[in-house]
Amino acid sequence: MSIDNAHDHEVVEEEFTDPGVPEYHRPRRADLDPKAARKAELQTAALFGLSIIGTVMAIWAWATGSVSSENIAETQRTTMLIGLGIFLAMIGIGTGAIHWAKTLMRDHEMIEERHPMRSSDEAREGAIEKLKDGAKDSGVGIGRRGLLKGSLITALAIAPLAVLVPAVGNMGGDWDVSKLKHSMWRQGMRLTKDPSGEPIKASDVTIGSVFHVIPEGLNDLEHHKLEEKAKAVVLLVRLDPRDLNIQPGREDWSFDGIVAYSKICTHVGCPVALYEQQTHHLLCPCHQSTFDVANGAKVVFGPAKRPLPQLPIAVDDEGYIVAQSDFHEPIGPSFWERLK
Amino acid sequence: MRRLSLTRYHRAAPLVLLFVLLAGITTAASFVQSTPASATAEASADDISEGSKLFAANCATCHGLDAQGTEGVAPSLIGVGAAAVDFQVGTGRMPMQASGPQAIAKTVQFNQDQIDQLAAYVASLAPGPAVPDADAVDPALGNAANGMALFRTNCAMCHGSVGGGGALTQGKYAPSLWATTPTHIYEAMLVGPQSMPVFNNANITPEDKRDIIAYLDEQRNGAPGGAALGAIGPVAEGLWAWILGMGIIVGFTVWIGVRSS
Amino acid sequence: MTDTKTLPTATRLNRAAGATANWADERTSIGAFTKFLARKIFPDHWSFMLGEVALYSFIVLLLSGVILTAFFVPSMDFVHYEGEFAQLKGVEMSKAFESTIHMSFEVPGGLLMRQIHHWAALIFTAAIVTHMARVFFTGAFRKPREINWLIGFTLMILSLAAGFTGYSLPDDVLSGNGLRIIDGVIRSIPILGSYISYWLFGGEFPGEALIPRMFTAHILLIPALILSLIAVHLFLVFLQKHTQYPGPGRTDKNVVGLPLFPVYTAKAGGFFFVVFGVIALLGALFQINPVWNYGPYDPSPVSAGTQPDWYMLFIDGGLRIMPGQVEVVLWGYTLSLNILIPAVIMPGLFFGFLALYPWIESWATGDRGERHVLDRPRNAPVRTGIGVALITFYVVLVLEGSNDIVANLFRLSINDLTILFRIAVFALPVLAFWVTKRIAMGLQRKDRELVLHGHETGRIVRFDNGEYIEVHEPLSDEERWMLVSYQNLKPRELAPEHNEHGVRRKGYRWDRFKAALSRFYYEDRVEPVTPAELHEAHEHHKAEIEGMAARSEAHSAARADAAADKAPADA
Repeated sequence: MSIDNAHDHEVVEEEFTDPGVPEYHRPRRADLDPKAARKAELQTAALFGLSIIGTVMAIWAWATGSVSSENIAETQRTTMLIGLGIFLAMIGIGTGAIHWAKTLMRDHEMIEERHPMRSSDEAREGAIEKLKDGAKDSGVGIGRRGLLKGSLITALAIAPLAVLVPAVGNMGGDWDVSKLKHSMWRQGMRLTKDPSGEPIKASDVTIGSVFHVIPEGLNDLEHHKLEEKAKAVVLLVRLDPRDLNIQPGREDWSFDGIVAYSKICTHVGCPVALYEQQTHHLLCPCHQSTFDVANGAKVVFGPAKRPLPQLPIAVDDEGYIVAQSDFHEPIGPSFWERLK
Repeated sequence: MRRLSLTRYHRAAPLVLLFVLLAGITTAASFVQSTPASATAEASADDISEGSKLFAANCATCHGLDAQGTEGVAPSLIGVGAAAVDFQVGTGRMPMQASGPQAIAKTVQFNQDQIDQLAAYVASLAPGPAVPDADAVDPALGNAANGMALFRTNCAMCHGSVGGGGALTQGKYAPSLWATTPTHIYEAMLVGPQSMPVFNNANITPEDKRDIIAYLDEQRNGAPGGAALGAIGPVAEGLWAWILGMGIIVGFTVWIGVRSS
Repeated sequence: MTDTKTLPTATRLNRAAGATANWADERTSIGAFTKFLARKIFPDHWSFMLGEVALYSFIVLLLSGVILTAFFVPSMDFVHYEGEFAQLKGVEMSKAFESTIHMSFEVPGGLLMRQIHHWAALIFTAAIVTHMARVFFTGAFRKPREINWLIGFTLMILSLAAGFTGYSLPDDVLSGNGLRIIDGVIRSIPILGSYISYWLFGGEFPGEALIPRMFTAHILLIPALILSLIAVHLFLVFLQKHTQYPGPGRTDKNVVGLPLFPVYTAKAGGFFFVVFGVIALLGALFQINPVWNYGPYDPSPVSAGTQPDWYMLFIDGGLRIMPGQVEVVLWGYTLSLNILIPAVIMPGLFFGFLALYPWIESWATGDRGERHVLDRPRNAPVRTGIGVALITFYVVLVLEGSNDIVANLFRLSINDLTILFRIAVFALPVLAFWVTKRIAMGLQRKDRELVLHGHETGRIVRFDNGEYIEVHEPLSDEERWMLVSYQNLKPRELAPEHNEHGVRRKGYRWDRFKAALSRFYYEDRVEPVTPAELHEAHEHHKAEIEGMAARSEAHSAARADAAADKAPADA
């Protein structure tokens, strides 16, 4: 090749020159051997045939298979057979067509010229000319009739508001964001088991126990049951009173080692539900904020900043655990006006 | 020239690698698959003295000669009941191999008779939760729907939605429940081993516990949609979409792009 | 018409086709269009099919989605499940959840369609990311394709929106907790957060409006946007013609490849069926999103392994990795930087950088020409390094987003993992950038060596004077062109701050920034071999080569024969 030429030349070029698309074309077996071509044709037809079998299989599986919510194996079988039928129906056509293209279709590379994206100068000038003509016809020359243009642009800019303001305004319900700050807990409301709603006796909460709690009457709510539940769920835990480090100002919020904390994470609102009874740590499975129940549910690890809000509890005459009041702060994730 | 054409053939290498990788994953996954749990034998007649000897030989080093516990090493076993012993020893968690974040289930060290004797001895020290009888843990008698409602409120946060297990803090974990016997599941709820809280009969009634066992038993019927991919949710699904789905599809693009011979 | 009977079938068919074509052309000038399109040339390379995977999985999404809408009820009204599925018998649930269960267990093939749809969604997003990575690493976003990069970027964002809205529709516990996280993120937005949350949910979370609203977005709004942007995306590909990898005869002024009809009609058309088939296979064999195990949404429960689908995992990882201490209260207002930084600011910067990347690089190159020949990634070491660094950053966040799964699988501590990832998320991208850049430049140097000294042949020749050399076989013109034809970009010159009148130049600071950026990109570089260097190298080895030529004439003859049987370098 041209290596020998390279050092025979008196003058060495500045840059290498593009040798161009090689003339040489490696023939494929099917290009040279009619038998190979025939074989490729048969293979392609076989793949298309496979697809036909797949289609028949999918329809057969649908027609004869049954699904049943009682019998998982039946559902699994039907799902799998229809799915495999579709798989064969599709993969047969696909691989067949590609095999055909690879083995039998002409594979000599071709060249297409590109043209710059930029329009020619004439085209550009023509476009400007047309726009100028149009502008003249409109009566608005460049830099003229500012009032007309200004008012049109303003009108166009604000016209969407005529639709958007009512539409957006309707979408937020009553827009009463102060609801984020309160839950349905009231003084004397019993703590009940989630989801059954049975009240909980203090004597039933043994050390190391954890109860998932909803307020009494939540299950009977006609409206906004989930919204209320989303704010009111509580975790009730009993620690050995010696382990419990009661926070100042909250001396009468617990009962003999029983404490109740909001189950909604102060990070982004997942239910914080993983209670480790030996370490007294509560872990959020979503982002792993860890709260120390023995220590005012303060954050010991993870992305949350604030402790879980505590629900003050007491025990009523019949020995059931009741709330003393609502939470003393908004539960759940932070928001801008949370403390206002 | 020769080199370039050689590298072209080597483009099949990623495909081969991919299938090796997938075969590896599949093999690993089959090891994770649970084996059916064996039924627990009925509790035999108490032989407290036999249990006492076994205790002295195998447990007293940590738990103390009178099972009173050793501060900072092992808890007192007075009042933990037969259920706790049957669970801890019956799942191989005790005797503990080494102190660590949590006791790990290992090969069981004793036969059921010995476990029963140990349980009888510990139960004789002070009253505590007893080993449940066969009816109490029979999944056929439970209501799986109620079991699911209770499981997802009380258990799923640690053990996963179908009991596949999950991570706790500092290297501790909630184990998979797929290979756990109904009796051991029941006992675990009752006594709250290690990190697990106690779910006494006032919190989750014996019937409710059986319902939970029925729900977990449902999971052993297989997955309606095919292979469950470990039942750990979107992370596994995403990994399979990338490795298997994109792997096969990119394999096809390479095949389409390579010239036929 | 009498002669039709006597004509052979093939001719009759031809006539019918001709008549149809005529009918259509007289009404639409489709003839001219076909002339323009039929033999359009596309270059052949496996990596050019990744975008097609995205397109085809989107078509599978549309097809399976239409079937799902026939059974799905987008309502949050409560019903009691009346089917026979044991673990849900009699349970109260929304109609959305109930209809999902119904189509899974009572419609033959319904579960399959759900699984095909969900797997297709995961493949769709994965294919978009892979395609985007190909475009990035080969520099296919350069002029004139910046607009198409932006359109593709927008499609990527829309695919995330499509995926997330779809993931949430069944109203199960897993996706419900995902929505609650979204609600928490929205609420962290200063001033407007609570109001945006009310706007989205129609009041307090979870409300009763969200499923119907997301349904409309998921089946109408987002797919319509995606479809129209795909149309523009493909139109621009046809208008600007496809990019091509470097090679002999491939220039910025041509495109070398095979025609649309018949080769790509068969290859690309066939590939659609392949993608459909593979997705159907996944749907047939692998269970995905078993909502019956998660149960209907209820704000109280949560399960271990609560994660979004993979494409949102990096934001979840960001939320996990961020320490909580940065939440602050200013004048009584709460600013949750622990949420804003990982879930709003970080994705904003990440995506913003990606969207603007073509312009950022053009500031460094100052290149104003059209670039249709792609870069081999090694020939753009800084860009390749940046790409790998971005991917590393992303993967660390995805791993952190899966840290409980990783911890449980390998028996590690989630706390240790999180602390490790807190360091890794900063350290590893920097390391990845540096290593990748070094590797790319090492490969460039290897290319230089190859051009200058040729291939090692493994043949040792002994000279008369007793010296041994290994014979190096020179590269063919085509091979050499492949290795020397890359753009040799150098740092931009910075014009002086003051002009000849001593007046400070306008825009000097901006120029200085661009020059600094340019130095970052092109200060370290490996320049392609010039003919002069090659000439010198040959002069240096002249004696050896001539010696070799003299001594191994027979070998050379044999080699020449062999070469004729071999394929050319890049046919």
